[in-house]
Amino acid sequence: MTSVGQSLKRKEDPRMITGRGQYTEDIQLPGMLHAVLIRSTHAHATITSIDTSGAKEHAGVVAVYTGEELAGDFAGPIPMVWAPPGVEINTPEHWPLKRGEVKHVGDPVAVVVATSRGAAFDAAEAVLVRYDAKPAVIDPEKALEDGSPLVWDSFGTNKTHEWAVAGGDFDAALAEAEVTVEARYVNHRVSGAPIEPRCSVAEARADKFTLWSTTQVPHIARFVLGGMLGIPEDKLRVVAPDVGGGFGAKLQVYAEEALVLALAKRLGRPVKWTETRSEHMTTSHHGRDQINHITLTAKRDGTVTGCRARVVADLGAYQQLLTPFIPELGFPVMGGCYAIPSIDLHFTGVFTNKMPTDAIRGAGRPEATYWIELTMDKLARELGMDPLEVRRKNFIRKDQFPFETALGIVYDSGDYHASLDRLLEHFDLDEFRSEQASLREQGIYRGVGFSTWVEVCGLAPSRAVGPQGVGLQAAFYESANVRVTPTGSAIVYSGVSPHGQGIDTSFAQIAGDILGIDPQNVEILHGDTDQGAWGWDTYGSRSLSVGGEALARAARKVQEKAKRICAALLEAAPEDIELEDGKYHVKGYPEKSMTMAEISGAAHIPPNELPADIEPGLEESSFYDPENFVFPFGAHACVVDIDAETGKVTVVRYVAVDDCGPAINPMLVDGQVHGGITHAIGQALYEQIHYDDAGQLVTSTFVDYALPTAAEIPKFETDRTETPSPTNSLGVKGIGEAGTIAATPAVASAVMDALQPLGVEWLDMPFTPLRVYEAIQAAQGGAS
Amino acid sequence: MGATVRIGVTVNGERRESEVEARTLLVYWLRDELGLTGTHVGCDTTNCGACTVHLNGEAVKSCTVLAAQADGAEVTTIEGLAPEGGLHPLQDAFWEKHGLQCGFCTPGMIMAAADLLQRNPSPSDEEIRHGLEGNLCRCTGYHNIVEAVKAAAGKEVSA
Repeated sequence: MTSVGQSLKRKEDPRMITGRGQYTEDIQLPGMLHAVLIRSTHAHATITSIDTSGAKEHAGVVAVYTGEELAGDFAGPIPMVWAPPGVEINTPEHWPLKRGEVKHVGDPVAVVVATSRGAAFDAAEAVLVRYDAKPAVIDPEKALEDGSPLVWDSFGTNKTHEWAVAGGDFDAALAEAEVTVEARYVNHRVSGAPIEPRCSVAEARADKFTLWSTTQVPHIARFVLGGMLGIPEDKLRVVAPDVGGGFGAKLQVYAEEALVLALAKRLGRPVKWTETRSEHMTTSHHGRDQINHITLTAKRDGTVTGCRARVVADLGAYQQLLTPFIPELGFPVMGGCYAIPSIDLHFTGVFTNKMPTDAIRGAGRPEATYWIELTMDKLARELGMDPLEVRRKNFIRKDQFPFETALGIVYDSGDYHASLDRLLEHFDLDEFRSEQASLREQGIYRGVGFSTWVEVCGLAPSRAVGPQGVGLQAAFYESANVRVTPTGSAIVYSGVSPHGQGIDTSFAQIAGDILGIDPQNVEILHGDTDQGAWGWDTYGSRSLSVGGEALARAARKVQEKAKRICAALLEAAPEDIELEDGKYHVKGYPEKSMTMAEISGAAHIPPNELPADIEPGLEESSFYDPENFVFPFGAHACVVDIDAETGKVTVVRYVAVDDCGPAINPMLVDGQVHGGITHAIGQALYEQIHYDDAGQLVTSTFVDYALPTAAEIPKFETDRTETPSPTNSLGVKGIGEAGTIAATPAVASAVMDALQPLGVEWLDMPFTPLRVYEAIQAAQGGAS
Repeated sequence: MGATVRIGVTVNGERRESEVEARTLLVYWLRDELGLTGTHVGCDTTNCGACTVHLNGEAVKSCTVLAAQADGAEVTTIEGLAPEGGLHPLQDAFWEKHGLQCGFCTPGMIMAAADLLQRNPSPSDEEIRHGLEGNLCRCTGYHNIVEAVKAAAGKEVSA
């Protein structure tokens, strides 16, 4: 029996449910020091003086440094890696500790190092920083107006860059349109907010450095940090131990990681830094923060002929690793799952005095899905058609795949009608509408919203997104090394770096089936740059479709060698050896068989019968660069109730049909979908990173930044259709971000449906009680 | 460095004594002094519940209790919830039902759920959801956590 397709219990769990996981904060090293940062209290200011003398006198303090004092410790600034051909991106120098000016609240200006974290906090209180405040730039649209104060004088503008892509003739579509729908959407700023705060521990032993860090990207971090600190890559080991959630917030190389390395180098002792939750909200990168101006053109019969988007993205004060690229990352699916003949997209990035934005779960694709889905709803209202009928009319049909969009993107496979049909098997819309009508008579406002979504993921074909493609200065293949031990268990090193996805289990299932080894005896290693080959880490729903495929390819090479060894010892031809139920046997002779343990034993202690052209050992590697992205899709329905007297929105039902190709472990797929949808419900109803007009962050704790609890979230009804991807041999597509990409428009659409009898035409997220209440009051002609 | 206090606490059945700074929070004493790193810190404001332990049999957020307040008390952490080598029904159910992903909130979630089941051995879905609203999870969407607590309800601790 194969293990792929089974809901195996996770191999990760026994240590985690008993408190025996090892997260970065759990690491204690002899002589370890603790760093605490002094951060700007201003959104924009000149540093006029920093007095560290009082702090240095505190008990337990080993050192206090300002940005000026550490300037010589860094060989290079924090990099940004997008260089699109022909486009200049304004990129300010970005150093771990600031010198001269600060550009957002939380910008670090000095560091205290002490023998305990408490002593470091005490001393940090005694560091006196004087600032000369400058005008802060907060609203991205105002930032683009003439005469706005500037975040960076040197650029003479707050515009970071413009980027455009188009296909088909949108102007003609607009000229010929029988119907034109326009809309403006605000997709507000959010935090990734993993429950584990960031933490980094650095150690220097002579010229060898080790950094343990809460990162999704240990390999990328080694490359970047080696450059920033002038440490050769062979002398820098980066380890991601158990990582307590990422959601994109840990897809970054942060100032603090460079800083603890510099401090360990300078002081010759291990240095740990742990983020407070307020620091996370203030200085771990944010996400979203886009304003979208959308135009959709159509015929009277509902056929969409064109779509245009003008995106203004608030990037904050600096360019982190991928900051300016994230809004554009949504572009391949900015036409949704519809056959739209003309698409015209334009992006403008804007500096403001806020923490930079970057990838947060979905990264550009939730924003794209939000506007296309809600504008399809609006088109349906305009035409007086059923919103699902408008969708069906424009869906790319199953027989059109692989489908090349107007932008030249090739959607690999799909069956959008089937996923919507399946959704409606679970969700009886006629019954819902009659229930809705009777509830309205009782003063209960219930609404339903749909989202038929497609995602681009499996980052990425290097040719498409690398230096000669869209211009990321990187490649996105993945590596795997598969090693069978002399006693027949397997040790795999994968270049991906998971943080909750269950890769130790799903990858063991894939490798186990191919090798003929029980997945319980397949150990998946990752996240340690000294243990395996170069990898490109975990983000963009890539681990399975790129890293899993690399693993499968390496495992097949091992299987092939195992068959040669087996054939030689059983005196058969290698092509006659079959793997069945964990045994390698000669075709037609099940009794002539060997287990992997026997074969690997022979590989490691070779008997003389083994031909000399078979090398000893049983270990193979593979590097896999996909030829295309993968495009998971699905259909979601959300039902909400709104209390018109309080404005409170409650999600009462959520049904999701997703298609990520064959599920390696269905239980893990469901788990990813549940979590992804919850992340989106959080953004739609509760979560918002909010800066006031002076640039002070108002939502800097879990008191003000409201993550949903179990009490706010419904149980989920999930189902799957299964359309394999032709891109990889496993047929798999990503599922980690799907729920987050799909769900905000479903929630928003449900809220609008519920509010419709109350006269509310449109409201931006988050749908907090106050906002909903005020919208109802305004629509009813009352005071707002 | 402030004043110090001498404390004696029975942690997971074993008497532990220490001289601690008066301001030391229970969670840091457990983690840094005793090496019981299964109890986690996720926020500074008593919201996330990752630090939940049992103090004299009741769930508390150990980031909001001074170590000194635990003097003379009995504390149970995730490491001591089940006898060595065994699993508490909740631990088993979280594993069985995929009630965890990154695992960071899990110890606190299990300790809070154990307290809930002590007070209410057969809770409804609603009671579970409200009973756990002091514990945040960013990964699971809570669905499988609720399933795990339901599955564990009524089961005895295995020896």
